[in-house]
Amino acid sequence: MKILEAMEKFDPIIGLETHVELSTNSKMFCGCSTEFGAEPNTQVCPTCLGLPGSLPVPNKTAIESTFRIGLALNCQITEFSRFSRKNYFYPDMPKDFQTSQYDEPFCVNGYLDVLVPTDEGDKTFRVEIERVHLEEDTGKLTHSGGVTGRIHGADYSLVDYNRAGIALVEIVTKPVLGTGKYAGIVARAYVTELRDLLRSLAVSDVRMEEGSLRCDVNLSLHPKGASEWGKRTETKNVNSLRSVEKAVNSEIERQADVLTEGGKVTQETRHFHEDSGTSSSGRSKEEAEDYRYFPEPDLVPVIATSAWVNELKTDLPQAPSVERKRLAQEWGFSDEEMRDVVSMGATDLIAQTVAAGATAQAARKWWLGELARKATEAEKDLSSLGIEPKHISELEQLVVEGKLTDKLARQVLDGLINKEGTPSEIVQKRNLVVMSDDSSLLPAIRAAIEANPEVVAKVKTGKLQALGPILGAVMKETQGKADAGKVRSLVLKELAVEG
Amino acid sequence: MSKITPEALKHLAKLARLELTEAELAMYATQLEIILDSVDKIREVAAGDVKPMSHAVGLTNVFREDVIRPSLDRAEVLSQAPATEANRFRVPRILNED
Ligand SMILES: [Zn+2]
Repeated sequence: MKILEAMEKFDPIIGLETHVELSTNSKMFCGCSTEFGAEPNTQVCPTCLGLPGSLPVPNKTAIESTFRIGLALNCQITEFSRFSRKNYFYPDMPKDFQTSQYDEPFCVNGYLDVLVPTDEGDKTFRVEIERVHLEEDTGKLTHSGGVTGRIHGADYSLVDYNRAGIALVEIVTKPVLGTGKYAGIVARAYVTELRDLLRSLAVSDVRMEEGSLRCDVNLSLHPKGASEWGKRTETKNVNSLRSVEKAVNSEIERQADVLTEGGKVTQETRHFHEDSGTSSSGRSKEEAEDYRYFPEPDLVPVIATSAWVNELKTDLPQAPSVERKRLAQEWGFSDEEMRDVVSMGATDLIAQTVAAGATAQAARKWWLGELARKATEAEKDLSSLGIEPKHISELEQLVVEGKLTDKLARQVLDGLINKEGTPSEIVQKRNLVVMSDDSSLLPAIRAAIEANPEVVAKVKTGKLQALGPILGAVMKETQGKADAGKVRSLVLKELAVEG
Repeated sequence: MSKITPEALKHLAKLARLELTEAELAMYATQLEIILDSVDKIREVAAGDVKPMSHAVGLTNVFREDVIRPSLDRAEVLSQAPATEANRFRVPRILNED
């Protein structure tokens, strides 16, 4: 069932659990480095390997980062909190438990407002935050053997514990009601806003493609007007902004089908597949959730004194919404233009492109135009295209200098996506040089004039707007390398017509 | 008085990945009940004005600065494992979970 049809019968309730890897230098409870991409099992020690006799000591910066996230999300900071043991046997945690927080999280009861375009104009949705707590990340499993590389059918698994013990903050929303057909857009806007907020706090590099920001989507449907909520599912593995929206919408459609056919939604964990935009059933909840939490005996309680919290509060950066207003003014963007920039997750990309020398309008043109199109084509977020903003600035400079036509510039973008080097290097390698000298252009121009006698007749009577087919033919012949202005003036000169 | 049902005990054993025979289940049921009875005695003594204690020492706010310290040598780490491959720990396949 399509989403609009489903929304005529049902109301959705969404909930989002976001995991953020903090960008501290060292891990949460030991001094191992957190550098991404290191050789497997080179950033491990007795503590993060759970060797007997080792004891954890919490990273103060990680705790302060968690408080700062809570404050930025308008939360109360819990005065007395503790870490808890979450017990489970799985080889991604060598200790056989994860140090987390349970009934005494660091921050509770906040909110984040997000702006979403609706049929009635832009509307603010308030997403309430249940809790923000601190825990440690798990190791990375690779499943070997079998055919699919997935866990089912795997013969064995390989574990790299470099990631185990990295400080991980979990941000959990309260159930979000009343979003209707905008559920997916609200979910995406929330994660986008949260990402911008975390980036402004400089607590994480928030790279979804590298897994430093990960999202689980909870969703249930109930018949319109019903007071009782439906059974919810939790979709894991949602690792891009566009997938957040897709995961919500595809789960609404799936549950609506189940309910309409008289079936029942099973409370379960589902796994999202980035490539197909759909999810598949994982383990069912009832069996899996029995973690027997208890207060962590190896770590003493944390007291958030008001002096400490106030000090962190005075140090908070401006909220992204305030910062955005400032940028929109500086860049000369209208409200709608800025909203599109934000929803595409392009604020920082444009800021960096401008910092590298491009005008704001040019930066917006590239990121929200051709690059947005390429990102959609590749089913990726803009930031996952792997294009450096300074290269876009360089590209724009080449266009301004007349060294590239728009068409050639698009080929340079392909080169940038393929990591072929800087724009200037790509221009050389791909031989993308603008043709502007008469001798190389004239043969193509004369051929085009010859092939279009009726156009020539019109132009000679003064209808210069009829030139199109001739200019197009020249561009085609020169594979888009011709300087359009130059071609136009040469054609007019050949026809002896005044431009 | 039986506080621990056989089902609850089997569930606990499963969570702890322990395979127990019927005889062992019966033995542990008896032992766990003694433990629970002892805990109940504490509950009788503890009044509402006594906060539950999670730590034997009264310390709070023990932290470390965010400074990198050397990790272990990988060859030494992996030499302790029963099986390794491609510089990773090799573990038996994980069934029915993902
Ligand atoms: Zn370590």
